[in-house]
Amino acid sequence: MIEVKGLVKTYGTKRAVDGVSFAVSRGEILGFLGPNGAGKSTTMKMITGFIRPTAGTATVDGIDVTADPVAVKTKLGYLPESAPAYPEMTVAEFLGFIAEVRGFRTYDAKRSQVDRAIALTHLAPVRNQTIETLSKGFKQRVGFAQALLHDPPALILDEPTDGLDPNQKIEVRSLIKSMAATKTIILSTHILEEVEAICTRVIIISRGKVVIDETPTALRARQPGARLDEIFRSLTASDV
Amino acid sequence: MKQIFPIFKREFLGYFRAPVAYVFLIAFLVISVALAFSRYGGFFKAGVASVETYFVFLPWIFVILAPAAGMRLWAEEKRSGTVELLFTLPVTTVEAVFAKFLAGWTFLTVAVLLSFPMTLTIGYLGSPDWGVVATTYLGAVLMAGAYLGVCSLMSALTKNQVVAFVLGFIVCLALLFLGFSSFTDSLEKIFPLPVADALANFSFITHFDAFTKGIVDPKDVVFFLSLMGFTLFLNVIALER
Ligand SMILES: Nc1ncnc2c1ncn2[C@@H]1O[C@H](COP(=O)(O)OP(=O)(O)OP(=O)(O)O)[C@@H](O)[C@H]1O
Ligand SMILES: [Mg+2]
Repeated sequence: MIEVKGLVKTYGTKRAVDGVSFAVSRGEILGFLGPNGAGKSTTMKMITGFIRPTAGTATVDGIDVTADPVAVKTKLGYLPESAPAYPEMTVAEFLGFIAEVRGFRTYDAKRSQVDRAIALTHLAPVRNQTIETLSKGFKQRVGFAQALLHDPPALILDEPTDGLDPNQKIEVRSLIKSMAATKTIILSTHILEEVEAICTRVIIISRGKVVIDETPTALRARQPGARLDEIFRSLTASDV
Repeated sequence: MKQIFPIFKREFLGYFRAPVAYVFLIAFLVISVALAFSRYGGFFKAGVASVETYFVFLPWIFVILAPAAGMRLWAEEKRSGTVELLFTLPVTTVEAVFAKFLAGWTFLTVAVLLSFPMTLTIGYLGSPDWGVVATTYLGAVLMAGAYLGVCSLMSALTKNQVVAFVLGFIVCLALLFLGFSSFTDSLEKIFPLPVADALANFSFITHFDAFTKGIVDPKDVVFFLSLMGFTLFLNVIALER
């Protein structure tokens, strides 16, 4: 469903993403791993059409992002890194705005989408609180709610469990897992256990290049008995 | 184009979610009325009931008000990272630019219309030419849009609202000064005459003046509208680069 071919992004002389290719189909949860600055967020930004690739293509459902960005954006739910949201709006106002832009214009349609997203992400207690007064974890949940709001066929989540308490982390993981059957999901994370817990496939990116693309089980089998972070370390040691 | 409405609505209501908007609206009213009654305005001296004494300062007031209304349009989205959210929603850059511009323009129009009690006072004191009143309002709204187009563009060039305000202020002030002969005279020393003439033609004062005299010259209307179109076009380019 999501296909990436030879994606490159250069900033000045620096290659932030250097020829990344992979494909993800429905029912898969792809985990993006990699050291800080490896190019995970940049790759996601190119798939979602926020930044234009220097070279290569990204397609969602066969539609090229650069050719028809709006069509791709309707199919995707995207949680950007650090979950930006309009600080002066309340949670309900913000999600209402997203619902309207996503095409839920009538009062009832809008209301039911917002209520559903609020219920899924447990935001009911802060429904009428302005976003700037929310704690980090709640802000993160608002970002997640916004991505889920239109029940998209594909989700791209940049560090979805970042800043959540342990209970919420488990909650969000099981939510992602429960949606997996009908959706295509790409998520990035720094928590290696998370990948084992929910992902059906792992991609490790280092210095803008894919170094590993396999199942979590295969990754673990590389060094039997070793901890995951040791395996990660040995694969990305060249990346400072 | 149906995506314009929700963005417009969010942006317009956004002005009123922060106290800044109220502060500026009140400051605008106080300053505009004070200037009209001051000895520069000659509201009493004029002896005729006209809105001209009130509106003659409008090009000057907009030099502050338009950057204030326009500075946050893009700079704030970039600073807070919400621009990434906005442009991963199914919205084109043109729609977003247009929607935000319309929101700011509506806000400035509200400011202009808040002066209506002043106009009614004039109507009560004498019998102004209501046709002139109408053309003056039309001119004021068009001029506000042209100022705002410039300020929206400046806002798209930076992440910092203060920088956006200062840039907008400088460009608006320059557009205003182009109408003064002393300023254009010095332009003629720097540039060849046709260039200086062309530059002087960009003055907001010259184009606005006709409206306050009851004249709606298509040239002036086209000037303001095309300036809006041009700045919004550059605005889209600035965001897509
Ligand atoms: N706008 C930009 N201008 C210049 N360099 C950039 C820009 N955006 C990203 N980079 C560089 O691109 C590289 C990849 O960044 P990216 O944000 O994709 O990393 P990441 O894998 O998401 O890291 P993290 O785990 O810290 O989130 C980094 O070296 C970063 O400095
Ligand atoms: Mg990142």
